[in-house]
Amino acid sequence: MKTENLIAALVADGPSIETPIARKVALALVCGFALSAALFFWQLGWRPDIGEARGTLPFLFKFVVTAALLVPAALLTARLARPDATPGLWGWALLIAPLLLVAGVSAELVASPINVWTAKLIGTNAVACVTLIVLLSTLPFAALFFALLQGAPAEPGLAGAVAGIAAGALAATLYAMHCTDDSPLFVATWYTIGIGIMTLAGSVLGKRLLRW
Amino acid sequence: MDPMQRRPDWDVLMHAAVSGDAKSYKTLLEVLPGVLRSVTRRGYARFGVEPNDVEDVVQEVLLAIHLKRHTWKVGAPVAPWVMAIARHKLIDALRRRGRQVHIPLESVMDVLEAEAPETQPDRQTDLHDALRLLDQLRPRQREIVRSISIDGHSIRDVARRLDMSEGAVRVTLHRALKTVAMIYRKSGP
Repeated sequence: MKTENLIAALVADGPSIETPIARKVALALVCGFALSAALFFWQLGWRPDIGEARGTLPFLFKFVVTAALLVPAALLTARLARPDATPGLWGWALLIAPLLLVAGVSAELVASPINVWTAKLIGTNAVACVTLIVLLSTLPFAALFFALLQGAPAEPGLAGAVAGIAAGALAATLYAMHCTDDSPLFVATWYTIGIGIMTLAGSVLGKRLLRW
Repeated sequence: MDPMQRRPDWDVLMHAAVSGDAKSYKTLLEVLPGVLRSVTRRGYARFGVEPNDVEDVVQEVLLAIHLKRHTWKVGAPVAPWVMAIARHKLIDALRRRGRQVHIPLESVMDVLEAEAPETQPDRQTDLHDALRLLDQLRPRQREIVRSISIDGHSIRDVARRLDMSEGAVRVTLHRALKTVAMIYRKSGP
């Protein structure tokens, strides 16, 4: 086909755009959250002792950490869906959550005697934590990934990985309402593993499927 | 001048285009191939590749610009976006030829202020490309793409002749373009 012929076909297909990619990603995030939240309240729900836990610092700290991860990861996903985008400052903002965790864990280690460290680290249900974070992540991840398929990420693997972080952070936010383990030691270990699994999955799938 | 804002004329055209102005869109798509040819030839020269499918890369970039135009951030300068797509497709083309490549975006942007862009396509490659590409489309897709692109018919004419609705012709055309983009992506030398 001559290039001028191709151009004729492209012009006939129409110049206007339906939905900008950032809005598609935002919509995917909202849908993913709604689905995951519905699943959460249907199957899991609040922890039984929410009345007492509600006002405690370690409980609230979990949401500070997951929100500090969710916000930059979600914004980065929308950004990295474009071919001309670099992570920029939002990439650095992803470090806020790990730094908060390091601070939380340090405070915990200082405040509690050595003989309870292991018990706090292992918590009451580590396996459920990892499994449920991964399960609650799948719908938001699928929604975000579908949005990214319509994008043109400069680095498909990176875009997929960041979508994995966003989905994982969203799931962790929900799961934190159910989980009775509030120790930063527990969160830093098991939440990180759950979100890490999604990040890895996103990176692998992104490299394979988000090429354009 | 701000290095990211080298083509304010492209910005004006793209802005009008995404708001539905087909004429501006056509003008923009017609000025791009010259620059894209320069980018591709320079990239090929740099990695010692024979420049015998430059026009394929140019067309692949144009298709990507079209199919991914919703990834342009309305209001952002168009040149860096176009050049990022061109770089992506150039790297792809070089990789298909077995080259391990890294091309910084700046070196691609340089073309915008380098020599006058090469506006003439390489005539040889055009003809067999047309046949190769269209042959891989489904009959109905092929018919519609041929009528619109090569014979220059309008969507309305094609719809009437094939006894289809205009909407159906549009959908078929859009799918055909996506298929062409996929064929390009999967084709190696």
